[in-house]
Amino acid sequence: MLVNVSTTTTSPLADAEITDTSLRAFLHGLPGVDQVGAEQRAATLASRSIKTSAKAQAIDLAISMVDLTTLEGADTPGKVRAMCAKAVRPDPADPSVPKVAAVCVYPDLVAQAVRALKGTGVRVASVATAFPSGRSSLDVKVQDTKLAVEAGADEIDMVIDRGAFLSGRYMRVFEEIARIKAACGDAHLKVILETGELVTYDNVRRASWLAMMAGADFIKTSTGKISPAATLPVTMIMLEAVRDFRAATGEMVGVKPAGGIRTTKDAIKHLVLVNEVAGDDWLTPEWYRLGASSLLNDLLMQRQKMTTGRYAGPDHFTLD
Amino acid sequence: MSERLAVRKTYKLYIGGKFPRSESGRSYVVTSSTGDFLANAAHASRKDARDAVSAARKAFGGWSGATAYNRGQILYRIAEMLEGRHAQFVAETVAAEGVSAERAGELVDAAIDRLVWYAGWSDKVSAVAGSSNPVAGPYFNFSTPEPTGVVAVMAPQGLLGLVSVIAPVIVTGNTCVVVADGRTALPAVTLAEVLATSDLPGGVVNILTGQAAELAPWLASHMDVNAIDLTGVPEHLAAACEEAAAENLKRVFRPLPPATDWLATPDTKRLMAFLETKTVWHPVGM
Repeated sequence: MLVNVSTTTTSPLADAEITDTSLRAFLHGLPGVDQVGAEQRAATLASRSIKTSAKAQAIDLAISMVDLTTLEGADTPGKVRAMCAKAVRPDPADPSVPKVAAVCVYPDLVAQAVRALKGTGVRVASVATAFPSGRSSLDVKVQDTKLAVEAGADEIDMVIDRGAFLSGRYMRVFEEIARIKAACGDAHLKVILETGELVTYDNVRRASWLAMMAGADFIKTSTGKISPAATLPVTMIMLEAVRDFRAATGEMVGVKPAGGIRTTKDAIKHLVLVNEVAGDDWLTPEWYRLGASSLLNDLLMQRQKMTTGRYAGPDHFTLD
Repeated sequence: MSERLAVRKTYKLYIGGKFPRSESGRSYVVTSSTGDFLANAAHASRKDARDAVSAARKAFGGWSGATAYNRGQILYRIAEMLEGRHAQFVAETVAAEGVSAERAGELVDAAIDRLVWYAGWSDKVSAVAGSSNPVAGPYFNFSTPEPTGVVAVMAPQGLLGLVSVIAPVIVTGNTCVVVADGRTALPAVTLAEVLATSDLPGGVVNILTGQAAELAPWLASHMDVNAIDLTGVPEHLAAACEEAAAENLKRVFRPLPPATDWLATPDTKRLMAFLETKTVWHPVGM
């Protein structure tokens, strides 16, 4: 399973220019994913028991990695402000709880979030490019991105054109990511692969490499709008891709699983996976994020259980 | 012909409508009153208690939102199913408590009648515990009882004891986590089988077998438990449980002196113990 891609294939990055042919040849030349092996390895790593002080550390690390997200049609400026307050001070009763990494909102609410988070160190991420389906023209997607960046977003979460990817038009996806990256300016670009729609693990590996070669700062599993979202095997394959990408090019790319991570146990499984697959260089909020909303309350409840010794109840935490 | 192999029952927990083994993998030996081996029962851990509370919380919305009429029907249905298993409960009571078959029959009859008695209360509680209140102002003011939420029940011994503490809790719309200590595990698990086939939604009653002394402190301090019934808790533990329960202002029910005669017709104390009062001020003439 653990095939080191860099030793078995030649990176096309050395090529002066990436063409449709060379891109296809490279992506289809990536070693196939052993589905049974991948699922088994993810399951084995997920069975690891993390307790007491290690668990306490893992909880705090997971909290600091959360991208606190609200992506609903019913989002209001008030809801975004409330979420920002929670991002800075997740548990108002306990100042020792770390702040989360970022909040993630729709482009029209970025300005609200920026105002609420000024000077706190919590970053503002915005989805863009006709999220979540990505079904629009490139011009509209670029404008969507600019709207968010001009409003002050630090990070842009774009979706790839899955239709183009699945029909084999890799160059189109590549160019789109490159254009959005250019429109981002200083903002970090996270590329959402929407792995739930990519059908196979081989496609997840190809899409990961494609996004990284096109300039992604982060690769992200899902929009959170379709199920399955961030499953452990998918996250593992993406972590292998960033590890191998660094080995091949020296450049580090972050990973963000999003959707379906609801409990502390899930979050800790992800942290184990990061440590074992990519290495502890990725175990920081700078390189690994957890896209979630309900997860934060569960982390806080577990944290409170560890500090007070009694089981916590959801009535005593804010609703998202 | 070879002799038939004995098909023995596995005594498991009842959580969220399912019958899982204890997360801890533990079990303990249940013996009869004369010391004979009866069964191995699951020995619930604090994590089973936590899971049971989650299941009870999940079931609360649906159960408390059901009409009183519907809840009454379901309680009556439980009585029906219990009646169908009359002989089994009598045999188990004889084995576990060492009483005569005649006495065991009386106890099982009483348990069935108790369910019917409480079933009848479902749509009458609000008339008895609610009121319209005379107030000095232009308001129509009225109070209605509402279920407290998730109730941890430390059950007393025996089937009749179990039914007598569970029925008043659930008939008003609460959900519960019941701890059946020692040899009460056996009637408790059989009762769980009755509950599972009585149209009672999963999670409304969750039954943990094991030691009350081990589980009571965890349930008493649990922030997502709204009330605790200490009936089956040994005297020396009760004070500590009451203290732990104060952290989230749990309602505590502790009968003094401890209840012993379960055959006597109950009053409404248990029924009223797990209710909250909602008062509405409705302006008139505005």
